[in-house]
Amino acid sequence: MKLILNEEQQMLKDSAKDFAENRTPVNHFRSLRDDNDPQNWDKEVWKEMVELGWSGILIPEEFGGSDFGLAGISVIMQEIGKTLTPSPLLATAVLGASAINTFGTQEQKAEYLPKIASGEITTALAVDEESHHAPSNTLTKAELVGDEWVINGKKKFVVDGSSADVLIVLARTSGVKGENAGLTLFILNANQEGVEVIKTDMADCRNYANIVFDNVSLAKKALLGDQESGGEAIDKILDEGRIALSAEMLGNSEAAFEMTLNYLKERKQFGVLIGTFQALQHRAAEMFVEIELTKSAVMAAMQGADENNNDLQRMASLAKSIAGETLYLVSNESVQMHGGIGVTDEYDIGFYMKRARVAEVIFGGANFHQERYANLSNF
Amino acid sequence: MEHLESFRAEVKEWLEENCPPSMRTGAKVDASSATDEVWGGRNAVYKNPESKLWLDRMGAKGWTMPTVAKEYGGGGLSKEETKILNEELWSIGAKQALLSFGIWMLAPALLEYASEEQKRLHIPRIIKGEIRWCQGYSEPGSGSDLASLSTKAEDMGDHYLVNGQKVWTSYADQADWIFALVRTGPQEPKHTGISFLLIDMATEGVSTKPITLISGKSPFCETFFDNVKVPKENLVGEVNAGWTIAKALLQHERNFISNFGLAGAASGGGNDVVTLAKKHFGEEDGKIANGIFRSDVTTHKMKEHAFGLTLKRAGDEGGKASAVASMFKYYGTEHNKKRHEMMIAAMGSNGVAWDGDEYDQEEKDLTKAWLRTKGNSIEGGTSEVQLNVISKRVLGLPS
Repeated sequence: MKLILNEEQQMLKDSAKDFAENRTPVNHFRSLRDDNDPQNWDKEVWKEMVELGWSGILIPEEFGGSDFGLAGISVIMQEIGKTLTPSPLLATAVLGASAINTFGTQEQKAEYLPKIASGEITTALAVDEESHHAPSNTLTKAELVGDEWVINGKKKFVVDGSSADVLIVLARTSGVKGENAGLTLFILNANQEGVEVIKTDMADCRNYANIVFDNVSLAKKALLGDQESGGEAIDKILDEGRIALSAEMLGNSEAAFEMTLNYLKERKQFGVLIGTFQALQHRAAEMFVEIELTKSAVMAAMQGADENNNDLQRMASLAKSIAGETLYLVSNESVQMHGGIGVTDEYDIGFYMKRARVAEVIFGGANFHQERYANLSNF
Repeated sequence: MEHLESFRAEVKEWLEENCPPSMRTGAKVDASSATDEVWGGRNAVYKNPESKLWLDRMGAKGWTMPTVAKEYGGGGLSKEETKILNEELWSIGAKQALLSFGIWMLAPALLEYASEEQKRLHIPRIIKGEIRWCQGYSEPGSGSDLASLSTKAEDMGDHYLVNGQKVWTSYADQADWIFALVRTGPQEPKHTGISFLLIDMATEGVSTKPITLISGKSPFCETFFDNVKVPKENLVGEVNAGWTIAKALLQHERNFISNFGLAGAASGGGNDVVTLAKKHFGEEDGKIANGIFRSDVTTHKMKEHAFGLTLKRAGDEGGKASAVASMFKYYGTEHNKKRHEMMIAAMGSNGVAWDGDEYDQEEKDLTKAWLRTKGNSIEGGTSEVQLNVISKRVLGLPS
């Protein structure tokens, strides 16, 4: 496996870079926030992304996608991460598309995938129920009553949960809290009776919701994948999401670092550029090294996933953990090195800090992934 | 392609006939292997006569520096041919025929900067392992600020007269020649008054003295020059233009040292921090029993994983690696220090054993290896110097 982009991936990256710089610079996010956009992402921008084919990158050609793989979508996430562009890409084009394509029946694929590729629907993956990411702690219950599944429970911190048309829900059909066995995935429309979507406002001003399931009745065909196979299925779906999110977080780090470097080269104090101070130079060099390590971890994880590397879990945890720690460092140092303006709302650098902490929590923070990596490595 | 296939066949055949059986023991590293290393030179002692035979045969083919042109004694091979040669050497587990600062550092610099006569004289001797070289850069008063060096070479008309002292000259007590930075322009600004001089250590007035480190015996020496007469044709490049050559050479050295971080990590076995931690802290459900230490090990190993991937990525990107040699030197050596700290911490009192029969040799060796790593982030440019290089040359921060 080569740790470089192939021609196709490079073209996607260039095109995304161009899009982010020209169509959605950071001001795009700022105006969505200032306007209190109820959806937190721009429909027009999403339509253009769909036209570029981004919604169908993980979808096979027969269902209207391009099948360019996780590395293809990840390099796009990295580029739009640089300008903090909010979009349904993670929840829909990665998690939704991957879940349905990998575990759906032929019928489910035919029903949903073309609609995802064409931008007709967006999706959300409802996993967590507690403050920390822990799929095996799922308590949301699905019971077979006659011919129907009845779901009860409450999901928390669902990415794009308040804008999604279709929900994929992890529920417990047997076993107890803490067990991976006994988990099952369901797919349903968000406007289904008994589903209450409560939008939540988080620090990064993106779309999240808590979702209550109150005696939601579903036909048997709402099962996504086999009954009781949800524990393994969710792991694979999440790992792909974690890798794509790591790429976005890498983009966040790269952009915040570049803004900071530029500032070090233009800001004068004591009559000299502050970039001449060794106390700042060495910290900048340390950040550079951490970002280089992150690039490698993300590259290896995404290319490995596309080559069906059997080390997917460990590589996803490596990428998410390293990307998270690097972004933590870079977001903090960037604000500090900007001095006073770094903590003003008027300046963009603070946005990266807010996004950093929210992204860290999504699908497991560094601690979660270090523990997982350690267990998988037999430490 | 056809040509490469027949080249591979030729190499196979040649190795079959010429690589002595005892030279096919693989890249196995053990306590005895250090004394089996072949560094060549006028004073070399070959414990195993086959290692001398192997050196002579490889040297005659020019395959100790396969890409160097045949006119300078090299193998004259293309990149693709060299790859094949290395693969075939690897596949029979051939030992490295020659370890040499001449190969790693001096010859590349000579190829770029030396006169035709100098190349024809020195490079073949390096390739055949006839002359063993050492490096004379640092001085007692010039460490990180290398360009402030004061060993002087005065122009006496038909020769240079060298006076001064070098320090950290690895294996100087066993080397035949030294490539040294000397001050030829005492009135010039410090970077522009330095020349690159080749000195035969058999010349009258050259003497050496080994240095003992906190880890014990070391290959490092002090080297003294007391009215040493050096022929003028031994100056490489222009007078007072030695700094450029010195910098090029340091790049080669940094590339070399940065591999330290992983070389040990890859060897695994008893020196793996996880194995050591399980042995000394014990295991609970197959996990390192001390949770705090297990957590430290995990973050450390994940960084190591990412660093390994970064070295691979630099290789896959091809060529770009040299721009970030300082990054690898910095991270590789810092990581190696941390790795050794973790290993001795994992071993508790066994990790600080020094002498006597109550502790294993391996344990006592590790204590010394740990201390030796403290030099990794100092030699070849300190970590702080590498951070300076990254911030100025890579990040473009102002001076």
